[in-house]
Amino acid sequence: MAGISTKEIKNRIRSMESTKQITKAMEMVAASKLRHAQARILNSRPYFELLYETITDIVNSNSDFSSPYLTARPVKRTAYVVIAGDRGLAGGYNSNIFKLIQSEIGDKDVTVLPIGKKAVDYFHAHGVPAWTEQYAEAADVSVGDCFSIARQLCQAYLSGEFDEIRIGYTNFVSVLSQTPATLRMLPLLQTGGSRAHSSDILYEPGSVEVFEAIVPEYLGGILYGALCESRAAEQAARRTAMDAATQNAEDMIAQLNLEFNQARQAAITQEITEIIAGA
Amino acid sequence: MTPFPLRIVTPDGLEYDGQAEEIIVRTTSGDLGVLAGHMDCVAPLGMGRATIVVDGKKRYAACIGGMLSVLGGKVTLVPTTFEWAEEIDAARAENSLQRAQTILHSKDASETDLKLAEARLRRALVRRSVAAGK
Repeated sequence: MAGISTKEIKNRIRSMESTKQITKAMEMVAASKLRHAQARILNSRPYFELLYETITDIVNSNSDFSSPYLTARPVKRTAYVVIAGDRGLAGGYNSNIFKLIQSEIGDKDVTVLPIGKKAVDYFHAHGVPAWTEQYAEAADVSVGDCFSIARQLCQAYLSGEFDEIRIGYTNFVSVLSQTPATLRMLPLLQTGGSRAHSSDILYEPGSVEVFEAIVPEYLGGILYGALCESRAAEQAARRTAMDAATQNAEDMIAQLNLEFNQARQAAITQEITEIIAGA
Repeated sequence: MTPFPLRIVTPDGLEYDGQAEEIIVRTTSGDLGVLAGHMDCVAPLGMGRATIVVDGKKRYAACIGGMLSVLGGKVTLVPTTFEWAEEIDAARAENSLQRAQTILHSKDASETDLKLAEARLRRALVRRSVAAGK
């Protein structure tokens, strides 16, 4: 009787150990990918900050032209670009962003542009129409893809297909904290900041042309920035989750070892008692 | 010549941060040269060669997309891609050029394929000419 239970415990310990090896390996892979992703964020940050500064400068100082990019229309249909991961086992990374998007969508008329396999699957399952499912692999989306998505979105916005474009992504706050967020990409609204250098800027060839050429670039930049942030956040979330899983496996193995030793001891004691009783 | 502060930032990082004497870039409406004391100005960039003069020496680069801004005497170049002439992989550009040409010559290419191939062809041509002219 006792023999069977020690064998069972031994099997469980073995399976727990192999699970622990997997989670440990995943944690290490995530940690190394995280380092790359963090480096990429650091490299690209000045670019977005500059792009953002310039465009807000133009928007805020503009008083002599109007552009469809600048005027808010009554919102009939919103496009959401949602960046999630390709794989699970990343803690709450995927579900947190979906929860946020779902709460924002409500029962509005929405089309999504999912980036990442998990996002494609999620919106499929929830019956939200997808604009394109071309970007199912978040890991494969390049800078060039970001710019071509931005151009297509701008066209769709200008043609009136969408009245608002928002992006849902995950902010990489730190290795231990990632927060999902959404951001309005279009229309660009004046924030009412300073008008320090208003009409003194020379726009070459003209302010409208400059604006129309820069907006798609700007959106592409924002998109790429959000993608970098999300990728880093995914790896950080996975690392933390896998670290916790490894810890749990270790705790369970320790507990099972204790049980195993107890069972073994009980079996020996019983055997001795039987021998003595028989003698 | 009087130098002015110049910064070049791309999505891949900071390419240049320092003083320069002159910068000539290809904007969507033609080449634009900037010297110290230029008025505040914003221009979107086209595809072409950028010339940057530092300490009297000219440096060339392939510069594609993005924009140039001059604000308060500070010049900032924010291109989508920026490659110094000596860093361009000429073989890769040549390959890309040939691939684009095959697509452009094939009869059953779709509209979007043609557009992509055309853009690729242009980028490859810019890179090749910049790399050759160093």
